[in-house]
Amino acid sequence: MKVLVAVKRVVDYNVKVRPKSDMTDVDLANVKMSINPFCEIAVEEAVRLKEKGVATEIVAVSVGPQQSQEQLRTALALGADRAILVNTDETLEPLAIAKCLKAVCESESPDIILMGKQAIDGDNNQTGQMLGALTGYGQATFASELTIEGGNATVIREVDGGLQTLALPLPAIVTADLRLNEPRYASLPNIMKAKKKQLDTTTPVDLGVDIANRVTLLGVELPAERAAGIKVEDIAQLVDKLKNEAKVIS
Amino acid sequence: MSTLVIAEHDNSSMNVATLNSVAAAQALGGDIDILVVGADCQAAAEQAAQVDGIGKVMVADNAAYAHSLAENVAPMIAEIAAGYSHIMATATTTAKNIMPRVAALLDVQAISDISGVVSEDTFKRPIYAGNLIATVQSSDAIKVLTVRGTAFDAAPADGGSASIEAVGSAHDSAKSSFIGEEVAESDRPELTAADIVISGGRGMGNGENFDMLYNLADKFGAAVGASRAAVDAGFVPNDMQVGQTGKIVAPDLYVAVGISGAIQHLAGMKDSKVIVAINKDEEAPIFSVADYGLVADLFVALPELDAAV
Ligand SMILES: Cc1cc2nc3c(=O)[nH]c(=O)nc-3n(C[C@H](O)[C@H](O)[C@H](O)COP(=O)(O)OP(=O)(O)OC[C@H]3O[C@@H](n4cnc5c(N)ncnc54)[C@H](O)[C@@H]3O)c2cc1C
Ligand SMILES: Nc1ncnc2c1ncn2[C@@H]1O[C@H](COP(=O)(O)O)[C@@H](O)[C@H]1O
Repeated sequence: MKVLVAVKRVVDYNVKVRPKSDMTDVDLANVKMSINPFCEIAVEEAVRLKEKGVATEIVAVSVGPQQSQEQLRTALALGADRAILVNTDETLEPLAIAKCLKAVCESESPDIILMGKQAIDGDNNQTGQMLGALTGYGQATFASELTIEGGNATVIREVDGGLQTLALPLPAIVTADLRLNEPRYASLPNIMKAKKKQLDTTTPVDLGVDIANRVTLLGVELPAERAAGIKVEDIAQLVDKLKNEAKVIS
Repeated sequence: MSTLVIAEHDNSSMNVATLNSVAAAQALGGDIDILVVGADCQAAAEQAAQVDGIGKVMVADNAAYAHSLAENVAPMIAEIAAGYSHIMATATTTAKNIMPRVAALLDVQAISDISGVVSEDTFKRPIYAGNLIATVQSSDAIKVLTVRGTAFDAAPADGGSASIEAVGSAHDSAKSSFIGEEVAESDRPELTAADIVISGGRGMGNGENFDMLYNLADKFGAAVGASRAAVDAGFVPNDMQVGQTGKIVAPDLYVAVGISGAIQHLAGMKDSKVIVAINKDEEAPIFSVADYGLVADLFVALPELDAAV
């Protein structure tokens, strides 16, 4: 069974981003970049499938600039077998990214596509679902448990009301939520080995994908600041403030 | 200009979250219709018809739509969408699952989680865990949008009497099937709809200690939430997680107990009207957003609070 896992290069989750001084976009100069945390969980899940003998090959794919090779190498160090970079310097939208991924699915014919539920830069939470529409495959988003048996995936999903279990014939798309697994750290020998693994590069043009953006970013702003609060001495003062100043309890 | 609002419902009743999208559609202006896709969902449709200012309610009622499977519901919505300029749904997990699939079927770029309507084609939305607000303009003929519930006050649930018409064919893709669900049962208000939310974090220590929060919540008529760390540690179930990748809440009062205040948590609650933080570490970042901060051991403070109210 072949697994395709999609990884995105994003601002590290520890960074508090700032706008550019002209407020046109986020300022990414000299900011630490990492593999999107949800994609890391997707890679870990692929590696576990291989360790269980369910998966035979893991192909990691990323759509983005040359530097995305770093995140692909991370995926390779975690256990992916080879990688594909769909190279573009444009900032693509989920629809265009999904179109690129669909083209890769056509040439790779994976049995399952593992993705993150959300990229923590744009917080879009769209690409997996869009790839589902474009390929016609079933989708199980926000997965917290994945079992594969007899050509079927059984997925437990985290939903607003609790948990939902779905069964999907393969090929299918599964997007990872936080509790699917806890990703391992890449060991130094594996990081060294990853440098020698195969990493192919293609482009949206080679894949014949129309990547024209439909949405224009007009600008960014900082959210409204909260007025500074106070420290209360004790519970009595807290209750008094909530009753008589904020008037949120009676 | 005409907007199709996709109803959030459980077949037997319409979820009030739908009313936040109706409010966003009203902010946009133009005609508003509601589409209910479900199975035996007539009761939900009747509630939708009572919402003020709705042109008509369309119901696609078929067994294939019983569990809101995206592979079935998305083509149903896409079929109806052609006659509209905007398709909106409140950003619940159901809508987040379905709407991007609808958008891709229509070959349009969806816009997630809008927090403001600037004009017919221009919207505001939080990015980077709400650290920035982006203004984006869509050039697509049909705008597929999910709506951040906390950013639009719910439209009135009644006052209207729209007509109800049956629409659509059955889309049964067999690309996924429903096996089961574990739905959290609670007498407390729903997290995203509650006026008061009391949340616990890793500092709570274990699941049993959350009883202190449940007891308090019952006195206040509040909902109980949690940080990711508390969910990951197994103290409480996943549906209680507040944050960037959990639920977004903006109650009148949010009480954070034993929560440090990571940006991913703040992303889900910093639009609350009044924020209280109880934490024993006076340097905890949660205090930077708190209107009232109490530096204290929660195991001392919570019993005192319980006794005082
Ligand atoms: C991709 C991604 C997505 C994420 N999404 C979310 C999300 O949606 N929601 C979310 O919450 N987090 C999310 N996180 C996790 C987030 O980064 C933090 O790790 C998490 O919020 C920490 O939870 P906490 O504050 O409960 O735990 P901690 O950071 O460990 O804080 C515990 C706090 O409790 C206090 N404390 C301990 N004992 C006591 C006591 N006896 N009395 C009083 N105070 C006490 C401590 O001083 C400390 O401040 C996400 C992280 C990533 C990488
Ligand atoms: N540029 C990209 N390259 C590869 N995968 C991506 C890219 N963008 C998004 N994805 C995948 O889609 C998921 C959801 O992203 P998003 O829809 O942007 O929130 C990510 O976790 C990735 O698995």
